[in-house]
Amino acid sequence: MIEVKDLCFTYPTGVEALKGITLTIDDGEFLAIMGQNGAGKTTLVKHFNGLLKPTKGEVVVDGVTTGEVSVAQLARKVGFVFQNPDHQLFCETVEEEVAFALRNFGFEENAIKKRVDWALNLLDITQYRQTSPFMLSGGERKRVALASVLAWDPQVVILDEPTIGQDHQQKEKLRQFIVQLNAQKKTVIVVTHDVEFVAECNPRVVLMTEGKILAEGPAEEILTNQKLVAQASIVPPQITQIFLGLSDFGLPTNVIDVHEARRILLDILEGAS
Amino acid sequence: MAVIKTRDLTYTYPGATKASIKDVSITIEKGEFVVLTGPSGCGKTTLCRCFNGLIPLFYGGKLEGEVVVAGCKVVEHSIYELARHVGLVFQNPENQLFALSVEKDVAFGLENLAVSRDEMRKRVDWALQITGIEDLSERSPHELSGGQQQRVAIACVLAMQPDVMILDEPTSFLDPVGAQKIFEVINELNKELGITVILVEHRLDLASKYANHVIVMDEGKVVLDGEPRGVFNSEKARLIGVGVPKATRLYQILGENGIRLGRVPVTSEEAASLLREVLKRD
Ligand SMILES: Nc1ncnc2c1ncn2[C@@H]1O[C@H](COP(=O)(O)OP(=O)(O)OP(=O)(O)O)[C@@H](O)[C@H]1O
Ligand SMILES: Nc1ncnc2c1ncn2[C@@H]1O[C@H](COP(=O)(O)OP(=O)(O)OP(=O)(O)O)[C@@H](O)[C@H]1O
Ligand SMILES: [Mg+2]
Ligand SMILES: [Mg+2]
Repeated sequence: MIEVKDLCFTYPTGVEALKGITLTIDDGEFLAIMGQNGAGKTTLVKHFNGLLKPTKGEVVVDGVTTGEVSVAQLARKVGFVFQNPDHQLFCETVEEEVAFALRNFGFEENAIKKRVDWALNLLDITQYRQTSPFMLSGGERKRVALASVLAWDPQVVILDEPTIGQDHQQKEKLRQFIVQLNAQKKTVIVVTHDVEFVAECNPRVVLMTEGKILAEGPAEEILTNQKLVAQASIVPPQITQIFLGLSDFGLPTNVIDVHEARRILLDILEGAS
Repeated sequence: MAVIKTRDLTYTYPGATKASIKDVSITIEKGEFVVLTGPSGCGKTTLCRCFNGLIPLFYGGKLEGEVVVAGCKVVEHSIYELARHVGLVFQNPENQLFALSVEKDVAFGLENLAVSRDEMRKRVDWALQITGIEDLSERSPHELSGGQQQRVAIACVLAMQPDVMILDEPTSFLDPVGAQKIFEVINELNKELGITVILVEHRLDLASKYANHVIVMDEGKVVLDGEPRGVFNSEKARLIGVGVPKATRLYQILGENGIRLGRVPVTSEEAASLLREVLKRD
């Protein structure tokens, strides 16, 4: 469990990025943090693995107060994939990159090999095993960054903008994998602007604006609330927009999923004829 | 008039075992708004690098075939000369920012264009304002959030108002309202100043309505090249895994269930109005 209590954070430059955040994230939860640029999303999640320490307030991860331990102590438990993969990648080959943390955590060579194979396959980058991460496309680099964290199977996974550079198929694979993690009681926290991805996943959503939490709740409630969405600089999913445009036909307006949309429309049209 | 024309363009990065783009022959007319899409790793960024001369001048490697941009054969010109005609917003905004302040970064490109100081001031202010970063003008680009950095990278290229503007996933870090605003600005520049736009995108829900030409790549090759509705609704686009707009997807799913809408919608407004007709009929 992650407990954030009245968290404030000010950068050395004087920018007040977090202004009193209180939030509880349960084990096995799937949470999406959304909101306008500069709202403080990245700053907030960097507190969950101790990369940043609170200026005021506290963050407790599984009973451990992050201000009192080093990043290394939290690392095994909390995996973090950066918004920009270039901040994370430094090895000569993709394989070494993915094996790096495993070696650090003292896994046996046999286990390392198995986990590297598994992660490369999961992220569809096996063919780049011996390639330098810097000779890959943007989306491929992001997947190497994802593989290098998922390989060690942390209890909490934090993904800052995981869908950047990913095509539809890769996103769908990622979604299915997150569902699997949740089934194993792993906590997944995603920071994202990708409304359509969130609509497909339907997680709990936390909306942030200007260093504060604006609202939280199930995706289908939050993303279909026009007022909240506008305040957080978000646009409702396309399916929601379509249904908002049909509200005078008495159709529900809290629809985010294309298959639910089909069900509702078929019911009406087939019922009528 | 064609502003970009390639013929059998094939390129292999130094040390790579296979070509990253293969036999690409495309024509982009002046004033078009092009969306370039396709699976991760299919060669979109590589193709963009051929348009502003980064390939082959910066990356080296082996370039075969021909690429002409704004009347210049790319291999015969310097990156600096090409920059007068072509502006590129990098996929990773951080790689584009290097000055000490946001404002200096945005002004940098203009200094090479020999515009007057007055004009320069005007364009920098305009670009900062239109990307919503006036308040950050004195900040260091390296102490900004991801989306703020991307806004700076976009402002740099907007300020230059080049003949051809190439944007490589320019909104991947932007909040959706910010992304929409940027697309609208680009659309205005396209319609009013006739600037040719090439937009690389995976998230087609937001961008498609502006495009009048869509190019889909797969494994280094151009596999679809045409008008948006036809491309998005094609079986091939679905097989390759192009993330067609949800409005188009709904049209397809309803079609499979025997409900035909009048035409292929790309935006939510179009889908809603087509659905109104069907709902009214019943
Ligand atoms: N290294 C830094 N030094 C100083 N200020 C920073 C730094 N990083 C971020 N900031 C500022 O802190 C605030 C919050 O930034 P943060 O990166 O948390 O935003 P975000 O919600 O992740 O935004 P985005 O959606 O653009 O990634 C912004 O005003 C930003 O300019
Ligand atoms: N600098 C490089 N050196 C060698 N190979 C490269 C380099 N950059 C990219 N590649 C390879 O070229 C191919 C095309 O990459 P490119 O960056 O053009 O893809 P992309 O379509 O832009 O993908 P994405 O959507 O993930 O950004 C990929 O297989 C990639 O691994
Ligand atoms: Mg961020
Ligand atoms: Mg790319």
